[in-house]
Amino acid sequence: MIERLAELVNADEKLVRRGRFVHTTFLIEVGDTGYLVRIVDGRIAAVTQGPFITPNYSFALRAPRDAWETFWQDLPPPGFNDLFALFKRGLLRIEGDLHPFMANLLYFKDVLASVRRAAPCQEAPR
Amino acid sequence: MSPAFEPIVGRYLNLNLLGRPHRLYVEEAGQGIPLLCLHTAGSDARQYRGLLKDPRVTDNYRVIAFDMPWHGKSSPPAGWQDEEYRLTSRDYVRMIVEVADALPLDKPVVMGCSIGGRIVLHLAHEHPERFRALIGLESAAHVAPYYDVSWLHRPDVHGGEVCAGVVSGLIAPTAPPAERWETLWHYMQGGPGVFKGDLYFYKVDGDIRDRVDLIDTKRCPLFLLTGEYDYSCTTEGTLDVARRTGAEAVIMKGLGHFPMSEDPERFVGYLLPVLGRIRAL
Repeated sequence: MIERLAELVNADEKLVRRGRFVHTTFLIEVGDTGYLVRIVDGRIAAVTQGPFITPNYSFALRAPRDAWETFWQDLPPPGFNDLFALFKRGLLRIEGDLHPFMANLLYFKDVLASVRRAAPCQEAPR
Repeated sequence: MSPAFEPIVGRYLNLNLLGRPHRLYVEEAGQGIPLLCLHTAGSDARQYRGLLKDPRVTDNYRVIAFDMPWHGKSSPPAGWQDEEYRLTSRDYVRMIVEVADALPLDKPVVMGCSIGGRIVLHLAHEHPERFRALIGLESAAHVAPYYDVSWLHRPDVHGGEVCAGVVSGLIAPTAPPAERWETLWHYMQGGPGVFKGDLYFYKVDGDIRDRVDLIDTKRCPLFLLTGEYDYSCTTEGTLDVARRTGAEAVIMKGLGHFPMSEDPERFVGYLLPVLGRIRAL
């Protein structure tokens, strides 16, 4: 699902505008699989799947696959509806230089939540 | 939409609070039993707009909501520019008692949310004789820090944006978008360092775990309402207080940490039975 992150975010003009000052690369780990997400002016320029040899990123969001999958449900249950909810439950680790993340918190929360719109039932046939 | 005034009256009350002159913004509507409402950390009394406009509430209750000093349209005290704002349990209890005396209110019901839900536990412990009943929304004896609050007040991060970002997930995903974003707007409008200063009470000074067992709900009835999506004050935290005090607790489906503001219509369905019980006391 994360593979569609660029398409989902870049199609959302309001979200891109909210992140118009964001210029960074961050790491998402879904279980054992890492993805580097490069953002330029609020648009996702690239999503690169690991493994990586010397990954270079500002901050990392790491959670088990089942925690992300629950977070990405259309209507997540209590405790799984928000990055900070996962974080407080100890399921999400947030590490690194948090400045871009905290300075653009509503943007990054919605970037990660945008994957909800890629639920399999809504996915166009390929 | 044809133009129409709401039934809410807002006025500025000049009074001494905590030994200093203050200019406090107070809104009210309705008549009957006084119901003094306390907003959450870093926000203001607009969170109670839904209740203040709802005749099912105001037909029997005089609903009063004030902006705490430093919040909303209440000014900080003169000299604020040289102080760091930090809310303490002692000041918060005194403020509520002094406001109730200044208005003056005869044995009001106090209903508070989050920090307000915490302080009603302090009121139940210290001043049970002064209140007809207490209602704690999103109330727990303690919330451990789970993120670094220094992010909320520093020059290289927009305070309003980060405060809204921190609390946004505490709103239930089912909340109507207009009410969700109104709730976040209040956070975006908070003064620099004010949310952080309130959290000093919420996460440090206001810890009442060692006195919860001393609360006597026979002296002052205590009702607890907590939204299932609240991961700050958790449902477990509320049920623990209920178990230890004999308070009545209800976990509210489809609501989060700001029930009266994020989804007033859904919330009032949970509140009306409590208000009915208090009228029958």
